[in-house]
Amino acid sequence: MSKYESVIGLEIHAQLLTESKIFCSCSTTFGNEPNRNICPVCTGQPGVLPVLNKKVVEFAIKTALALHCQIAPYSIFARKQYFYPDLPKDFQISQYELPLATNGYVEINVNGNTRCIRIHRIHLEEDAGKLVHAGSDRIQGSTYSLVDFNRTGVPLMEIVSEPDMATPEEARAYVQEIAALLKSLGVCDAKMEEGSLRCDGNVSIRPVGDKNLGTKTEVKNVNSTKALKDALDAEIVRQIKAVDAGERIIQETRHFNENTGQTISLRSKEEAHDYRYFPEPDLVPLEVSKEWIDEIKQGIGELPAEKIKRYVEQFGIKTEDVETILESPGMAEFFEGAIRLYGKPQIVANWLTGEISAYLNAKKLEIKNSKLKISTLVGMLALIDKGTISGKIAKEVIVKMLDTGKSAEEIVKESGATQISDEGELIKAIQEVIKNNPKPVQDYKDGKKASITFLVGQVMKVTKGRAKPDLVNKLLEKELS
Amino acid sequence: MNELLIKPSHELHELLNKKEVSSSELTKLFFERVESVENKVKAFVTLTKEEAIKKAKAVDEKISKGEKIGPLEGIPIGLKDNLCTRGIKTTCSSKILANYLPPYNATVIEKIIAAGAVPVGKTNLDEFAMGSSTENSGFFTTKNPWNLETVPGGSSGGSAACVAASEAVLSLGSDTGGSIRQPASFCGVVGLKPTYGRVSRFGLIAFASSLDQIGPLTKDVTDAAILMNIIAGYDPKDSTSANVAVPDYTKALTGDIKSLKIGVVSDLMGKGIDNAVKDAIKAAIKKLEELGAVIEEVSMPSFEYALPCYYIIAPAEASSNLARYDAVKFGHRTPDPQDLLSMYYNSRREGFGPEVKRRIMIGTYVLSAGYYDAYYLKAMQVRTLIKQDFEKAFAKYDVLVSPTSPSVAFKAGEKTGDPLSMYLSDIATIPVNMAGIPAISLPCGFSNGLPIGLQIMGKVFDEEAILKTAYAYEQATEWNKQRPNL
Repeated sequence: MSKYESVIGLEIHAQLLTESKIFCSCSTTFGNEPNRNICPVCTGQPGVLPVLNKKVVEFAIKTALALHCQIAPYSIFARKQYFYPDLPKDFQISQYELPLATNGYVEINVNGNTRCIRIHRIHLEEDAGKLVHAGSDRIQGSTYSLVDFNRTGVPLMEIVSEPDMATPEEARAYVQEIAALLKSLGVCDAKMEEGSLRCDGNVSIRPVGDKNLGTKTEVKNVNSTKALKDALDAEIVRQIKAVDAGERIIQETRHFNENTGQTISLRSKEEAHDYRYFPEPDLVPLEVSKEWIDEIKQGIGELPAEKIKRYVEQFGIKTEDVETILESPGMAEFFEGAIRLYGKPQIVANWLTGEISAYLNAKKLEIKNSKLKISTLVGMLALIDKGTISGKIAKEVIVKMLDTGKSAEEIVKESGATQISDEGELIKAIQEVIKNNPKPVQDYKDGKKASITFLVGQVMKVTKGRAKPDLVNKLLEKELS
Repeated sequence: MNELLIKPSHELHELLNKKEVSSSELTKLFFERVESVENKVKAFVTLTKEEAIKKAKAVDEKISKGEKIGPLEGIPIGLKDNLCTRGIKTTCSSKILANYLPPYNATVIEKIIAAGAVPVGKTNLDEFAMGSSTENSGFFTTKNPWNLETVPGGSSGGSAACVAASEAVLSLGSDTGGSIRQPASFCGVVGLKPTYGRVSRFGLIAFASSLDQIGPLTKDVTDAAILMNIIAGYDPKDSTSANVAVPDYTKALTGDIKSLKIGVVSDLMGKGIDNAVKDAIKAAIKKLEELGAVIEEVSMPSFEYALPCYYIIAPAEASSNLARYDAVKFGHRTPDPQDLLSMYYNSRREGFGPEVKRRIMIGTYVLSAGYYDAYYLKAMQVRTLIKQDFEKAFAKYDVLVSPTSPSVAFKAGEKTGDPLSMYLSDIATIPVNMAGIPAISLPCGFSNGLPIGLQIMGKVFDEEAILKTAYAYEQATEWNKQRPNL
């Protein structure tokens, strides 16, 4: 065991899924042509003023409630000032003193242990634009740079934890927990690879048992929870080596290079910007009434941790299945709806987490936007139960249902994919196979009983798999005897 | 001079209604006047003659069809060049915005357009409204029509001068520390700074967001009330605009101020105020007393700190508001920058004038880590004290009066080398912005042929009281009938 322990706190930036930007009515749609979702306000034209999007506040309050935070009845916005071409006003409207919410917590599970991580604060701010550099991947060394303001003013919610995580594993679990929570609340799609969820880690080390915090460094540029864990691991190793070599850790920002697996110094505290924060005079203080909080509280419903517990206890399904269901927006509602109609939770869960999830993931769809309906899924399950279709065929049928929105019955009827239960029809097929395969028939009659397997296969082929193999076997034996 | 040129808008409105003059004739007349005096006065950065002629024609068509026209329809108006006008150059009298074409209209501009006023042009100002003489304009200095060797005041110098010189019937200005009232005082016109939040700031190019307010500059008090009726009101695009009902301000013009309680701010009647100004104010107070008002002296001890606090808060906000002029999106960009920093440095060095740079530096300093508490925070606390002084006074008095400016218009060049003495010319107007209350300046005398202004201050959202007082005084005197001889 190392004689050091690490202390980690995280800052998470979550893009909120509102339809319009935080201070103007421009669309937040991702992936448009550059500079399409812009207006005088979000491009910082002279004379414009910001107007706070109420939905953004609602989303943040939702999150704050789910994280057991105290919501400030009165909070203010501030200008964080620095020059950069992706920041049209050359200041970012954020919150500094008096943020929207403080003092919360979230429970995480690591290796079977539950840990409580405290939330220091949650505040709102606007996102910056995006720069594209010609001839270099950064502004230095490029021949020119272009700026896209589509992302400028997209609402961001910053969630700052207390330094309550002891290991990179815990940090990873914390981010996963927050991501799941934001997704289930419908406030953020939490895709780290796409940048809708971003995370910076503050990490320090100290001798085991020491109560004082060591000097921290801030690790940036992690694009997945794995990268976060790797970056923190690397930074802790670096700090321990440095301290063991008699060096002093300096407070600085460090950049994680995923290729080398190392962190490199970006800027020291002395080089850090002086953001010259001051209260944003163009916005009035944000007042949040108790009534508004209550109204939002009622709209939240069950939180992921509560839901997982309930699904496991009430429906007896596997925890990992519940997690898969909760990860996909709208799937929990679908799941519960199907159970109400059909029962058998594990069977429903198997279909949702199996073929249906695979299809939705491949097509980047959410279940509520897909063509599958609760009633049609239940209809298909009933066809399996009745023996009209086999489980194997059902896997093809469900894809067609997702493609077309038709019911299983319609699809089965169109493709003639029902199992043949009419013995007369089967016997006709068997007789045909016997006629066309004199050699194997002779072999069987000569006592090579194994050749019946080949004949069954032929019947299955003729019936396009719609026959029940055991029934075919039985009828074949009868015909050949 | 054609007598139509000296009439206020409410008289011209009557004539338009009676078809004694058409808006096109009026517009032609005013542009002729501009042609003959503008080379002396230099009130305008941009003239909008084509727009004006089109607008006037449309109004005349309306009149000829017998349709009713609004009080400002067909009336020539000047617009301060820090109000965004879509597709019309809006420069803030700064080289950095010399060719800026806004993609949108300010809310007040939309209202002026809807009211059918005829835009004469965009008026000159001290660069980004920072100054008290228009000498800080990045282009040229406007002259005071009463004496071309003196300044018209500022920053709305162009807006005041164009009204005084009859180049427009009335105009819009903006007031951050006195920028409507002080030039109104210097040019012998009426200037009103509304309550903070009364008029939308959307589209007003910001100097100091918590202090800026748009307001009218007019030939008489009635015109100020009429223009207020048009521009006042809540705007969802401005979060700091107030959702407070707007009265018909012309209803306040009764002429009756019997038993009105007036406090004379003693702190603004002593040291630093010219004797001629003091005498004129004393005479005006006497006149108000004769009209039935009850006069008492009131001391506002916090006023002493208003000026230093203003020169912390206003530059702090300005340093932030002016950061966006970075040559990335609009405005002047230095030719052939070597890298990002040289683009920032050189573009801003070339684009901004010395006073703007001075205030950006002061503002950046007072917001810096380690200085914020000692300067900005302290100034905000004093600001609260100033507000409280006003609240206390307004518990006793309906309105307060003082000189608008400690002196009459000073000579061009007299104070440009000494920023502090320039700043002191706003000593009586700045406390009003710090408290967010409304105040009006109107002519109350002359010294050496230059107008003196009386400032009347009112409670928050009580523009009616100051209009009422000003109107009663105006009716009882002849000062506003005086016209400069150009």
